[in-house]
Amino acid sequence: MKISILNGHLLDPASQLDKKQALHVADGEIAALGRAPAGFQPDLEIDAKDCIVCPGLIDLCTHLPEPGREHKGSMASETLAAVSGGVTSLCCQPDTLPILDNPAVAELVHQRARQVNRARVLPLAALTEGLAGKTLTDMNAMKTMGCIGVSNGNRDIANAEVLRRALEYAASCDMTVFLFCEDPDLKNNGVVHEGSLATRLGLPAIPASAEILSVSRALLLAEQTGARIHISRISCGDSVAMIKAAQTRGLPVTADVAISHLHLDDTAVDEFNALCHLAPPLRAESDRQALIAGLRDGSISAICSDHFPHDVDAKSAPFSQTEAGASTVEHLLALSLKLVTDKQLSSMQALAALSCQPAHIIGLDLGRLAPGLPADICIFNPREAVTIQAADMLSQGKNTPFEDWTINGKVNHTLVNGRPVYPA
Amino acid sequence: MTQTNIQLDKNGHLKHFLSIYGLDRDLLMRILDHARSFAGVGERAVKKVPLLRGKTIVNLFFEPSTRTRTTFELAAKRLSADVLNINISSSATKKGESLLDTLQTLEAMHCDMFVVRHAKSGAAHYIAGKVAPHISVINGGDGRHSHPTQAMLDMFTIRQHKPDFSRLKVAIVGDILHSRVARSEIHALTTLGVEELRVIGPRTLIPTGIEAMGPRVFHNLEQGLEDVDVVIMLRLQHERMRSALLPSEHEYFSLYGLTPQKLANAKPDAIVMHPGPINRGIEIDSSVADGKQSVILQQVSHGIAVRMAVMAMTMGTLADTGTATESGHED
Amino acid sequence: MHTEAMSVEGMIEDMAGQVMAVIKAHPDQSPVMVGIHTGGTWVASEIHKRLAMDVPLGELNIAFYRDDFSRIGMHPRVSPSRLPFDIEDRHVILVDDVLYTGRTIRAAMNELFDYGRPARISLAVLIDRSGRELPIQADITGKTMALNPGEHVKLTGPEPLALVVKESG
Repeated sequence: MKISILNGHLLDPASQLDKKQALHVADGEIAALGRAPAGFQPDLEIDAKDCIVCPGLIDLCTHLPEPGREHKGSMASETLAAVSGGVTSLCCQPDTLPILDNPAVAELVHQRARQVNRARVLPLAALTEGLAGKTLTDMNAMKTMGCIGVSNGNRDIANAEVLRRALEYAASCDMTVFLFCEDPDLKNNGVVHEGSLATRLGLPAIPASAEILSVSRALLLAEQTGARIHISRISCGDSVAMIKAAQTRGLPVTADVAISHLHLDDTAVDEFNALCHLAPPLRAESDRQALIAGLRDGSISAICSDHFPHDVDAKSAPFSQTEAGASTVEHLLALSLKLVTDKQLSSMQALAALSCQPAHIIGLDLGRLAPGLPADICIFNPREAVTIQAADMLSQGKNTPFEDWTINGKVNHTLVNGRPVYPA
Repeated sequence: MTQTNIQLDKNGHLKHFLSIYGLDRDLLMRILDHARSFAGVGERAVKKVPLLRGKTIVNLFFEPSTRTRTTFELAAKRLSADVLNINISSSATKKGESLLDTLQTLEAMHCDMFVVRHAKSGAAHYIAGKVAPHISVINGGDGRHSHPTQAMLDMFTIRQHKPDFSRLKVAIVGDILHSRVARSEIHALTTLGVEELRVIGPRTLIPTGIEAMGPRVFHNLEQGLEDVDVVIMLRLQHERMRSALLPSEHEYFSLYGLTPQKLANAKPDAIVMHPGPINRGIEIDSSVADGKQSVILQQVSHGIAVRMAVMAMTMGTLADTGTATESGHED
Repeated sequence: MHTEAMSVEGMIEDMAGQVMAVIKAHPDQSPVMVGIHTGGTWVASEIHKRLAMDVPLGELNIAFYRDDFSRIGMHPRVSPSRLPFDIEDRHVILVDDVLYTGRTIRAAMNELFDYGRPARISLAVLIDRSGRELPIQADITGKTMALNPGEHVKLTGPEPLALVVKESG
């Protein structure tokens, strides 16, 4: 299909392109920027007046409900939610049911994604079998099945020796290890950040040291083993400082932060608001500021959604009995743009954290506007406001912590592989 | 974004009694005043007033408790209400789903009030957010979060002996970390405007950031008790301890147990309180528990009057009422 | 709206006489006096002084016995009922300022019976006005008044005691 996107303003952080220009798509690829190729007859013209045309977003962390938790959502509903927000690639965590720890489950995920044929689904394989932290998975076989990295899900590996061996093995398979860092013993069944809010509400709490200790362990072992690690969903300011120091020393470590943690702190939990029950927990305001600063100075290079759609029952119980997670993928772009509006980030910085930088972390040739690359494209109006209402969400999970927030950035068109996938 | 205080109806009257946090000084004083009115009922021939006749109060206890449940039951009966006692072991209610089903079944039976005790913090708030508009919820204790009726009966007891809160130095001693009573009392004492509030305990049992709630923190009992007017001792909560928080009870008693010698640091007319049940020889010496400065038994008797007051105040407001009428009953 | 002040002093003097007569009519029953908050206790206190009764005055706050509790809720200022004597087998002189619908007296009698079983209750009111909704009557009256709908009579006090008639609205 040949498509011309006209009158739009192109923004490509990878090349620092920032100008009004046409973009032409053919056979699933970007054919040209600016003047159409000779004899180019578009089948479809998209008028991108008043809109930004940027690479489709790459979300480094989502929890897809298929297979295993179909009461929370489906591949169809969640990929629709994603593309409605300009997200064209979803890296899905291995905490499916069954766990994504063998090639059969990876194939199942691929199959479903192909059937739905909407967004790119890039599975992360489990680092250990069953995510139990004891035995290694067949990482090479998983890589062959299209897994773009390995991950420990939301469960830190308690045994340091196992972690060391897992990192060594992943390095030998040339797989990036996505690590969620939270010492399980210090976590001690906590559900909120350890601080005055947890104390007032009498909720079991997770100290910052649970993350910081685990991050420092991961950095040391990465240095020792030569593994390429990506710290997934950092929440503490002190973790950022440690990662930055390691990067300065030359360690190939990267990190991302979940969009909720860039906007909310633990006070959002207020009087037991289960919609703000997240993992990692929302931390103090000072942590939030440090995370934003980390994005600015590059120690954190990506923003992810940490999308976790839940059914109503999962959030309907006394706080510590609710399930953690927020449904955020369809608002990832607009919420990231809010940081630009609030003058915390430039638009190039924000978009880079959502496109070329995540692409670099997963080692795929995506997230850029350049001829010859797959035409994963997002067209959005940066001035059009949207008020977030759970009832209007496309995700089956209505568990948004951002109800009634008005944000700017309405996606009008999304293309994946040169094919319009939104509007459906 | 903060939620509005679900305890108050749109006219600012008490609709649910879930936590001391969010209630102002006037409201707390009104609870104490009403409790005083109800205190005399227990001394009459007919120990009842017909205030809540025809109403059904359900004691919904997800955590076992004989003493708290009994006082709520007595309070309800003295208001002439009918009482239903429902004990649900927490293992039977693993998910909020069963909790909601239970609520809906009870609502179908035309109950007017739930008194809830639950092992998880926030349970009473959760239930209050789910019940039909005409139903009031009273928190009988949720996890580590709040036990507001206990706090109020302790404030009632303090006021009996020391009427002016603004001149009081109060110390709360013990396992603050796991104590919902402590949290509610800290809110109550700071809202009522005590001169100084202290919490005293080992570092492992004082939660992070408690200063934000108002008290000064002490780890030395003698120093913490210096010059105080009221000493509130907390029970060591074994059943809530999971990890390595304390070496032995013996060591705890030697450092934080209230003996006559330690009590001598406080003012000579200081009163000693304990929400009960007492662990003699662990947090408090028998001679102090039974001594002349102890008001522990009075606390128990005040519980009924305070709970009557809270029940009457919350039931006396419906969604569509206006404000309470002025004095004068031109009938 | 118009107000009319009337002399309360004379009415109370008259009531004291009537109370004395009703006590003497039942010589085998030991009398006690109970005033209903707030106006009734002011009136009772005056009569109690004039008769120099040796049993202290009792006070009833009928807040917990009202029939409209679920509509109006808890009164913000409730001073408790106090009966510093045993009510069993006594002749209770129940005193209120204005008898109107009769509901206050119904509540007061219910409350008295929760303290014990009196031998007799005699009702003394300063003003007996029209508008009864229950079969209640006064045995001792200061003054009878017929008021129009919308008019209300109120006793102000405690010092000085005065009656005021107001039109509401």
